[in-house]
Amino acid sequence: MRTEAVPGALLEISGLKTHFFTEDGVVKAVDGVDLTVYQNRTICILGESGCGKSIMARSILRIVDAPGRITDGRILYRAADGREIDLATARQGSAQLRQIRGQDIAMIFQEPMTSLGPIQKIGKQIVETILLHRKVSKAEAKEEAIEMLDRVGIPDPRQRFEAYPFELSGGMRQRAMIAMALSCQPRLLIADEPTTALDVTTQAQILDLIAELKEEFAMAVMLITHDLGVVAEVAEDVAVMYMGRVVEEGDVYAIFENPQHPYTRALMASVPRIGVTKSGRLPAIKGMVPHPLARPSGCPFRTRCDSAMPGVCDTSVPDLVPAGDSRTACFLFSDATGNG
Amino acid sequence: MDETILKVRDLDMHFAVGTSLFGKPKSTMTAVDGVSFDVRRGETFGVVGESGSGKTTLGRCIMRILQPARGSIEFRGKDEDPVDLTGNNSERLSQVWRDIRMIFQDPQSSLNPRLPVIEIVGQCLRKSEKLGGQALADRVAMLLKQVGMRPEVLHRYPGAFSGGQRQRIGIARALATNPQLVVADEAVSALDVSIQAQTLNLMQDLQEQFDLTYIFIAHDLAVVEHICDTVAVMYLGQFVERASKTTLFKNPQHPYTRALLSAVPVPDPRARQGKRRRLAPRESSTEKTACRFAPRCPHATDICKTQAPPRKRIGDTDVLCHFAGEI
Amino acid sequence: MSQAVLSHQEDVDDFDDTVKVLGPWALVWRKFKRHRLAMWSGVVVALIYLVAILGEFLAPVQIHDTSVRNTFQPPQAIHFFVTREDGSREFLLHAKGMKMELDRVALRRTFTVDESKIIPLGFWVRGYEYKFLGLLPSKVHLFGPTNPRDTVYLLGADRLGRDVLSRIILGTRVSMSIGLVGVAVSLVIGVLLGGASGYYGGWIDGLIQRFIEFIRSVPTIPLWMGLAAAIPLDWPPLRTYFVVTIIVSMIGWTTLAREVRGKFLSLRNEDFIIAARLDGLTNWEIIVKHMVPSFSSHIIASLTLAVPLMILAETSLSFLGIGLQPPIVSWGTLLKEAQNIRSIIEAPWLLIAPGTMIVIAVLTLNFLGDGVRDAADPHAH
Repeated sequence: MRTEAVPGALLEISGLKTHFFTEDGVVKAVDGVDLTVYQNRTICILGESGCGKSIMARSILRIVDAPGRITDGRILYRAADGREIDLATARQGSAQLRQIRGQDIAMIFQEPMTSLGPIQKIGKQIVETILLHRKVSKAEAKEEAIEMLDRVGIPDPRQRFEAYPFELSGGMRQRAMIAMALSCQPRLLIADEPTTALDVTTQAQILDLIAELKEEFAMAVMLITHDLGVVAEVAEDVAVMYMGRVVEEGDVYAIFENPQHPYTRALMASVPRIGVTKSGRLPAIKGMVPHPLARPSGCPFRTRCDSAMPGVCDTSVPDLVPAGDSRTACFLFSDATGNG
Repeated sequence: MDETILKVRDLDMHFAVGTSLFGKPKSTMTAVDGVSFDVRRGETFGVVGESGSGKTTLGRCIMRILQPARGSIEFRGKDEDPVDLTGNNSERLSQVWRDIRMIFQDPQSSLNPRLPVIEIVGQCLRKSEKLGGQALADRVAMLLKQVGMRPEVLHRYPGAFSGGQRQRIGIARALATNPQLVVADEAVSALDVSIQAQTLNLMQDLQEQFDLTYIFIAHDLAVVEHICDTVAVMYLGQFVERASKTTLFKNPQHPYTRALLSAVPVPDPRARQGKRRRLAPRESSTEKTACRFAPRCPHATDICKTQAPPRKRIGDTDVLCHFAGEI
Repeated sequence: MSQAVLSHQEDVDDFDDTVKVLGPWALVWRKFKRHRLAMWSGVVVALIYLVAILGEFLAPVQIHDTSVRNTFQPPQAIHFFVTREDGSREFLLHAKGMKMELDRVALRRTFTVDESKIIPLGFWVRGYEYKFLGLLPSKVHLFGPTNPRDTVYLLGADRLGRDVLSRIILGTRVSMSIGLVGVAVSLVIGVLLGGASGYYGGWIDGLIQRFIEFIRSVPTIPLWMGLAAAIPLDWPPLRTYFVVTIIVSMIGWTTLAREVRGKFLSLRNEDFIIAARLDGLTNWEIIVKHMVPSFSSHIIASLTLAVPLMILAETSLSFLGIGLQPPIVSWGTLLKEAQNIRSIIEAPWLLIAPGTMIVIAVLTLNFLGDGVRDAADPHAH
């Protein structure tokens, strides 16, 4: 297993499947994701709502809500001491998993109030996180927390230390949550739509902040978003997801300048761009995302794809193969047996 | 084309903040502050702003969901006399609400989950044209077709549809009375990128087909640039800048417009500007100044804090700034 | 126009018929079905109401028939086999007669089973005449002694020798219907006042809310006692019954009014209500078409939960002797029979039988209400 690991890889996800067993049937939210997160790099997971990007991220931390569970695949995490831990099979509640969850991998969410307790002062919450994972005195933890609040750009950190989450604006709350997430200096920060609920001016500040902190703490960042602009702004690597699968991955320039997968291409074309787009019709992707309980056979995108090939795309699911400068899961670039 | 369909003058709207024991407001918050503008027939008039800018309140004042505190809103239907929407001529106004319709932001909450599509889209027709039975079903089916949906879904409930489909139903509802003016409040912001493009295309097609005028309220500058003809930028209840789309995006005058434009992430990794000049966060600027934007403005001087900025006209731009044209 | 319609053809989306999507009420039902306890409670509640409806058909003995010889007679057991003279055992549903002996020293009656006296029992037997469902005269009873002249006391007899089982069966009708009627009264008052409060707001809201607070601040038992004491003793039973119902519903409507008000307030600003206003619907149409259906399931849930409260209230009042008065038979008046120490010691069935019925009815109604409440909002996850 050691030899398989890619140098510099922090997290290697392979064949991950997270399914939800609902009364209406099995929702395959994540259905065979292959993904590598490298040390000190920012990877953006790009996808529309319901593509499974958030569930995939939650699977990494093993915080998928019932009736969902990981049914297959590996999430190989390489710890600082060189050990490799499969998070997909780690026992829920085990010390190892808890250790990784708070300290090595931290997560922030779209709505900060979901992870900030409403009735506790934010300072206290950060101190508790620090005390939980590190051996420092209470006073030291408090100083560190204040420093952290200062670092994320909260004015008057000593005063805000005593503030309740509801007393802060949306942008400030997001900063406070980042401070809490980073208080244990994680090696990977997962940010799930961290700026979606914010105004553009605030969003720009938060994105800058995440980028800065990433350099400073030498951590990897996995940023989940539906916003192409955000991806272009912060990503080094990009993975495009559609219906529970990664359909294309590569570095940010390859994805934006030379997209291969029909979905990526269509997505790039369908967003209006300031100063670029002409008036008139946008080249929209036809149809709707299929209902999660009615996944098409074969390639999940074939129902909306202009290049769909009957007899090929509906028979088997394409794997990621090198195409252009990226890796793409599409039969335009591989035959059904998977050779490029 | 240059016919005015809606004329808004000095519109004010306040909200009471906290009430005393006897229901008297302790203080008021100004959501819309002296807004005036004209909308020309057939155009798409964009109102863009961040949360708290008062753009939604403005839309709701036009629809008379909220009663404005002051000002007038004059609507001039095709071949009709102008009517003041803030007035009380209820018979005339009930007629007007067929000509002015609204598309809501959230396709989830704007459709009653307990009513089938035919009722949701058709209830205004039952009311205004006394339609029922097969005639109603036929009309609603045609409306659904117009928004790109199959008529078979007439008797489905909203729960059966995706967000994009629901928004189409909402659009069909707005179109049901053959309106002239449609107020679209963040009509596409809850939708996914690919669905957003479809919906924008649909709205444009319908505009052409039915000669509609849109007031398009949004926070997404790229979408506004794509669909609008005239754009007004709103900040804390005021129109700080208003111009034709081309002028506004090519040559923004107000410092806030510029800050807004530079904050929008561009979907092009080569366009990354490194660390840009960012606006100061809003919470560090609670003091109330004559120019609302002064506390966050990089060009602000003392005059901005003491004297209300004049409305200046530069080319076809209307801008609310002391230093318009100089910076 | 047809040309323009064509231009959208590419946008026509494939509506998925492969995935069946349930309507709003089907979702409520599905969620309710998952609540096992509530399902079974629903069945029991339905049975109790069936008993209330059938009444005399199920009651083997006329409820006002007294019998001095059977005063405080304990319950008779049901036996299935008789032994003939030749020693063979034969199936025969029967009860054994009971012999009363008067202990002249202790001044006490004792009952012993009289093995020799066999009272055959059966289904579809003839007995006293009554009107089936209050309409059809009939003499047929579901269960009882095959010989109309025999009497059997399966749950014992009270101090006048009346059959406890029959009295409980007919008491069910009064007690359970008081729950329903009381809830109906609460519903009307609660929805009207709560709706007015939530819809108009302002001073109307303030007035109604203060009024509700006032009523809630008055301790219930003294309030009822005061109201019940005002009922003239010479009133006919039926009128007393209705007045008691109204008194009992005094507690229910305030909760309901608050709930309705809260729903009105939260719904008033929903986009779909605003859309209905823009569609030109009148206030009344909006309330009937949009608001009431949106919280009807919540109302059904609180109504179900209010029924047991009403039943308990009636029982308490009648037990205290200020609610229903004999000759009306309800669970409360039956319990009143067991009010003294002598009855509890010598004839515990007078307490146990109606007590059990009340507990079962109240528990199952509560479980049912819980289930309905959980299922009420099908769109919450």
